[in-house]
Amino acid sequence: MDINDLELNVTVMPTPFPLSRGEVTPDEWVSTALAIAENHGRLVTLWGSEKRKGQFVISAVYDIDGGKLLWLDLPIPKGVGKYPDISTFFPAATRMQRVIKDLLGLDAEGASDNRPWLSHGAWPENYFPLRKENTGHETPSQDQVDDYQFVSVAGEGVHEIAVGPVHAGIIEPGHFRFSVVGEKTLRLEERLGYTHKGVDKAFENFSAVDGYQLAGRMSGDSTVAYSWSYCMSLENIWKWNVPKRALWLRAVALERERIANHLGDLGAIGNDAGFAFGLSQFMRLREDWLRLNKSLFAHRLMMDYICPGGVERDIDREGLTQILSQCHEVESEVRSLQGIYDDHSGLQDRFLTTGTVSNELAMTLGLTGLAGRASGIAHDVRVNAASEPYTDLLVNVSTRVSGDVAARVDVRFDEVFESLRLIRYLVDNMPEGAIRKEFVRRGPVGSSAGWIEGWRGGIFTALDVDSTGQVARCHIHDPSWQNWPVIEYAVIGDIVPDFPLINKSFNLSYSGHDR
Amino acid sequence: MMWPLIRQIAKVGIATEKPPAAQAHSDPGRIHDEILKILGRALTIREVDAGSCNGCELELSALGNVYYNLEGLGIKFVASPRHADMLLVTGPVSRNMSRALAVTDEAMPAPKIVVAVGDCAINGGIFGESYASLGGVAKVLTVDLGIPGCPPEPIVILEGILTAVRYRLKPRSGE
Repeated sequence: MDINDLELNVTVMPTPFPLSRGEVTPDEWVSTALAIAENHGRLVTLWGSEKRKGQFVISAVYDIDGGKLLWLDLPIPKGVGKYPDISTFFPAATRMQRVIKDLLGLDAEGASDNRPWLSHGAWPENYFPLRKENTGHETPSQDQVDDYQFVSVAGEGVHEIAVGPVHAGIIEPGHFRFSVVGEKTLRLEERLGYTHKGVDKAFENFSAVDGYQLAGRMSGDSTVAYSWSYCMSLENIWKWNVPKRALWLRAVALERERIANHLGDLGAIGNDAGFAFGLSQFMRLREDWLRLNKSLFAHRLMMDYICPGGVERDIDREGLTQILSQCHEVESEVRSLQGIYDDHSGLQDRFLTTGTVSNELAMTLGLTGLAGRASGIAHDVRVNAASEPYTDLLVNVSTRVSGDVAARVDVRFDEVFESLRLIRYLVDNMPEGAIRKEFVRRGPVGSSAGWIEGWRGGIFTALDVDSTGQVARCHIHDPSWQNWPVIEYAVIGDIVPDFPLINKSFNLSYSGHDR
Repeated sequence: MMWPLIRQIAKVGIATEKPPAAQAHSDPGRIHDEILKILGRALTIREVDAGSCNGCELELSALGNVYYNLEGLGIKFVASPRHADMLLVTGPVSRNMSRALAVTDEAMPAPKIVVAVGDCAINGGIFGESYASLGGVAKVLTVDLGIPGCPPEPIVILEGILTAVRYRLKPRSGE
């Protein structure tokens, strides 16, 4: 599909990935969504802002053709307070629209599910934090959580299992409501939002050059991807040329983050299938990996390493050599562990056909990132919307078609090896030069975007900077938004004890979602 | 099937490191004894993420790896708050989690130790206080010790846990 087919008035944005932006009418909002859905386009993200007092804009970003992005703005005239629903074309829009209601007070007209999502009743119903009239520091007196209306399942022998928000083990909080017969799951309904910290509003207290630190704390396991995505949008607004070496070092950090998470997940998924050996082996590799992060990037998770204009510190020749030799060691260890996983019949019995998401379902619901690739959707920002240094790297995208736990495990193994290859290439061909652009705290007013393939999937940032160099609005989208609803389908027909395994095989972010 | 597994275990050997020496009891046996002396049993911990970015969770999970070998010291994360001696809380306390946090605390038997892990749990960190965030854990519970860091590294958390056990001598009123 081509953007011209949509007959919209759009301008091409000066971003390192293909992005066009335009304003639409409510009718065009709907007709464009329909046209994109019919042509198998994807909804990347959806959010709302108040530009000036009483003047709202709803924005959507679509991937219309494997990496070509279209950013639409729908202005809402004063006093209207609503916009047309698009969840009939893109089911993933449902929760995003509910959040626009929670935070901004605008209704998606025609939507079937209008329950609150991030608001649990801890602040008044008529308090909308993202409105300009509010500072975000209002402290509501009520702290009673509301009684959420779960969809109930009736029938002989059907009962409910309520789990969370506090789970067994060291996990983020969320609530899962299972309707089961015997051990079989008939229905799962998620309730999230427990870690809602008001990040979108908090951004307004940050200057644009400092906002990357908040972005880097929206989902700790993806701090590198978030801060890069944020910095990319700021650098686009202020037209900064980031030194080549800095971009290459950023990519080393991003691939190291991917490997760290995959190592942890491969161990934890094994453990959730009763294979403690896997956890113990992979967690050891992960610890080695994080310790080298600490010595070279000054932080185990590499928080705040990526900063506006470049990176915080250089890595000398000796450091690069250490990275190479660690890649070599980890590769051989992971190869032998992969052999053990593949040959373990008990493990494979739990992995195969568990938590299946067919390609058709994945396309309908908009499954994205790693989980999408395990269901046959060959999409990766590093390939489909590559910016430097990925334009030089030619990433091999790993896919599977079976869409089960086994597929998500296999994709992780493939991606570990591919990222090791990428790191070697980056280190071997590391350009010389500066690691950070000369630092300025202010630049022209404007807005732009960043898009980075984090280990879960694409992290999209839409950033608005005002004339004083302050963040006017920052919306950062986690791929978990698309993928959480899919888990509700993935578990249907599986037994309840398979849920932790299925959930871990996706390993979605609560904090990145709840914001 | 078994041989590659056993070979791998043998190749890796025992990777566990000495626990932190900062508290002047670096010997695992002594730490074990000290925990026994104070608590009369192994130390059990209930962890609650009250709104964290998950960075602290990653480092808490790392405590279970073979290098730190938390369980080898007689320290264990448990599922039920009724089985726990210590409540480890991460994150700024979000308004949406404050009730679940308070209920978890109520479910724990006295005497109990409450530890705030990470800058956010100490004072709200970068998220501060807002319509959505109450700030530090002390806004909701009586906190015995805070462990600073963003996130604190596993070794720092381990030192903090040992310090909290060691210095938590006076029972609180009502216990």
